Amino acid sequence: MDLISSLALGFSVALDPINILYCFIGVLLGTLVGVLPGIGPTATIAMLLPITFTLGPETSLIMLAGIYYGAQYGGSTTAILINLPGESSSAVTAIDGYQMARKGRAGAALATAAIGSFFAGTVATLLLAFFAPPLARAALNFGAPEYFSLIVLGLLVSIALAHGSILKALAMIVLGLLLGMVGQDIYTGTPRFTFGVRELFGGLNFVAVAVGVFGVAEILRNLENEKEREVGVKAVTNLWLTKDDIRRIVGPVLRGTALGSVLGVLPGGGHILSSFASYSAEKRLSKTPEEFGKGAIEGVAGPESANNAAAQTSFIPLMTLGIPAHPVMALMIGAFILQGITPGPNVINEEPALFWGIIASMWIGNLLLVILNLPLIGLWVKMLTIPYRVLFPAIVLFACIGTFSINQNIYDIYAIAFFGIVGYLLIRFGCEPAPLLLGFVLGPLLEEHLRRAMIISRGDPMIFVERPISATLLGMALLAVIVAVLPSIRKKRNEVFVEED
Amino acid sequence: MKTIVKILAASFVAGSALSAVTVMAQDYPNQPVTIVVPFSAGGPTDTVTRLVAAAMSEDLGQQVVVQNVGGAGGTLGAGQVAAAANDGYTLLLHHIGMSTAPALYASLPYDPMTDFAPIGLVTEVPMTIVARKDFEPASLEDLIAHVKANGEDVTYANAGIGAASQLCGMLFMNALDTKMTEVPYQGTGPAMTDLLGGQIDMMCDQTTNTTSQILAGEIKAYAVTTPERIAVLPEVPTMAEGGVENFELAIWHGLYAPAGTDQAIIDRLSASLQKALADETVGNSFAELGTYPVPASQATPAALAQKLEGQTALWAAVIADAGIAAQ
Repeated sequence: MDLISSLALGFSVALDPINILYCFIGVLLGTLVGVLPGIGPTATIAMLLPITFTLGPETSLIMLAGIYYGAQYGGSTTAILINLPGESSSAVTAIDGYQMARKGRAGAALATAAIGSFFAGTVATLLLAFFAPPLARAALNFGAPEYFSLIVLGLLVSIALAHGSILKALAMIVLGLLLGMVGQDIYTGTPRFTFGVRELFGGLNFVAVAVGVFGVAEILRNLENEKEREVGVKAVTNLWLTKDDIRRIVGPVLRGTALGSVLGVLPGGGHILSSFASYSAEKRLSKTPEEFGKGAIEGVAGPESANNAAAQTSFIPLMTLGIPAHPVMALMIGAFILQGITPGPNVINEEPALFWGIIASMWIGNLLLVILNLPLIGLWVKMLTIPYRVLFPAIVLFACIGTFSINQNIYDIYAIAFFGIVGYLLIRFGCEPAPLLLGFVLGPLLEEHLRRAMIISRGDPMIFVERPISATLLGMALLAVIVAVLPSIRKKRNEVFVEED
Repeated sequence: MKTIVKILAASFVAGSALSAVTVMAQDYPNQPVTIVVPFSAGGPTDTVTRLVAAAMSEDLGQQVVVQNVGGAGGTLGAGQVAAAANDGYTLLLHHIGMSTAPALYASLPYDPMTDFAPIGLVTEVPMTIVARKDFEPASLEDLIAHVKANGEDVTYANAGIGAASQLCGMLFMNALDTKMTEVPYQGTGPAMTDLLGGQIDMMCDQTTNTTSQILAGEIKAYAVTTPERIAVLPEVPTMAEGGVENFELAIWHGLYAPAGTDQAIIDRLSASLQKALADETVGNSFAELGTYPVPASQATPAALAQKLEGQTALWAAVIADAGIAAQ
């Protein structure tokens, strides 16, 4: 079957009125749970699994996929409006998105996120249609050494995330790495930093830490002084993008889409890197890097595109090989199985209507999201006019409910409280939470892949340079360090890293 | 204010005590029943539970809700059910990990033998010994010879200490009296990715995870760990056929209530479980997963109690032999 007839088959499935309806329900639900801090797509899909029993396989999977990428959209809304990222990807959006909101440009930030996401979604869907099987094959060449080198590269270039002192940023990354160590070591079963609490054996919950250091800390900061208190900005000037804005976001959207599409295909954690990587890239390329962290529109456009592209392309290993890239994809496998379809290399041949139907529905879903979200921007911005004394307890309450719903683990709530206070102290000390989260997310992956590579090589570190992909990535990392320390560029670096307060 | 709180608290306590008395086993169930799965949603145990829960809902006339309480190798969810009210409204569906936890965790807040009332076995998922598709050995005999000859040069993926895949590997190495290089992963999902990519040599995992890849020719299957060949993989020999005796392993799943649950309720649930397992949809879905429901004679409290006791003793010995200390 050639591509055109395959896509035609896909669209005939996706354009079935029932499927459009459920696609819409999916993206709407996804947007809503994405907006509610803490309640993520994982919990929602898990709760809705039993309902999908009664639907046909195409319809139910189209809806569940819709929830997933709908939540990516909704998650950036709260990140921008109230500095509350629900997922690692939107943590990056919060950096400049929230600053834009504080300057009264919430509407522009939301519109940028929507447009960037739609463009990235469209491109990634096309990629999925054209290249899914060969891309998935290529991704399998990534073993433990390659992932290790990729993460090293990611960590080194992402130091640009900080817009304050580089020393503090490094300290935050290390603190994040240490926090990521909490839990049972999978290699030996030894509990680390758990203080005998079995609830901590599984490690700290990312959502709880993110809600704490970003959301709760921000609320505490807002509450500390009545006069300084602010929520976004009262006078929201312009809901739409100016000509200048559009000119500024074209490049970041294109680059973010490319980065996200490539990284999303890697099943070992590539999608996590996508938004961090895009942010660093934009800051490096920008002529005005000092604007980053203070509301640079590029810092929203790039990561949002990267994150959405990665969300779409992370379906590639799932649909072509039957391997999940992250927990939501693992749930999707459960959904496939409940429908009597075992995801794997045979789906594309045995269930062409399903395979192509889901791909076509992704594009339709992305379109529905733009139609749904652009008019909603006005409504979301209105939300900022709710008196803060009403808004902040609601935010904290929803965040706690959402986080608790993931694992019903009371320690996740304690973690929100603890990291809220930690995050507040960090703000007072002039340290930033984004590098901390980066370390927290990437640290465990770094350790896991390093140790696995060393086990496979029987303790020979040469494995990292003997394998060509790994060697190339490490070479790029080395280059990044050289560029950073070259004295001729030091002056420019100082401009990048130090902001005059 | 304090008095109001006190009154509220007192009436709440009195109310719940009263309701506990009035709820008789006869009208059980008169509210939704929760089955706790001590693993995250979407995994094989979760899928099995959701299939059974849907069928039991029909029989019990009440919604059977699946709740995922993951973490610490399933001991958090099990601990929660052990501490739950023994009114038959909070149940636990746990797998073989119920019998290995005492040997792996130093301070379990519950005793698998005495803190639960068994309801019945649910399914025994066969395991398969698989390898990357370009792995040299052509047959099970070749594989055994190859592993014996190459020992630690053979890499073997598992999902960490105490996981089914690791238990299977321990049994395999014991049977061959050799050591391979164990490579732990966060789960057998990522391990499968590396097996597909040829990054590692071997793995032993449940048919729920391996069947589709075997049938697609993406990985090689050398043996099943059940006494007989299984229907979905008729070509794959048993370990006994390859000359390895006493190698039997299946990931058995059981349904439990907290200890002290009324016998009438246990019997009702056991009957409901048997009915669910006989259901055609459940049977077909299980077959799709590469497993099968246990016969009605096994879906009983006695059969599960016996299984749990025998397996707890077996794994205590195997885990001690392997030199793994309880954490």
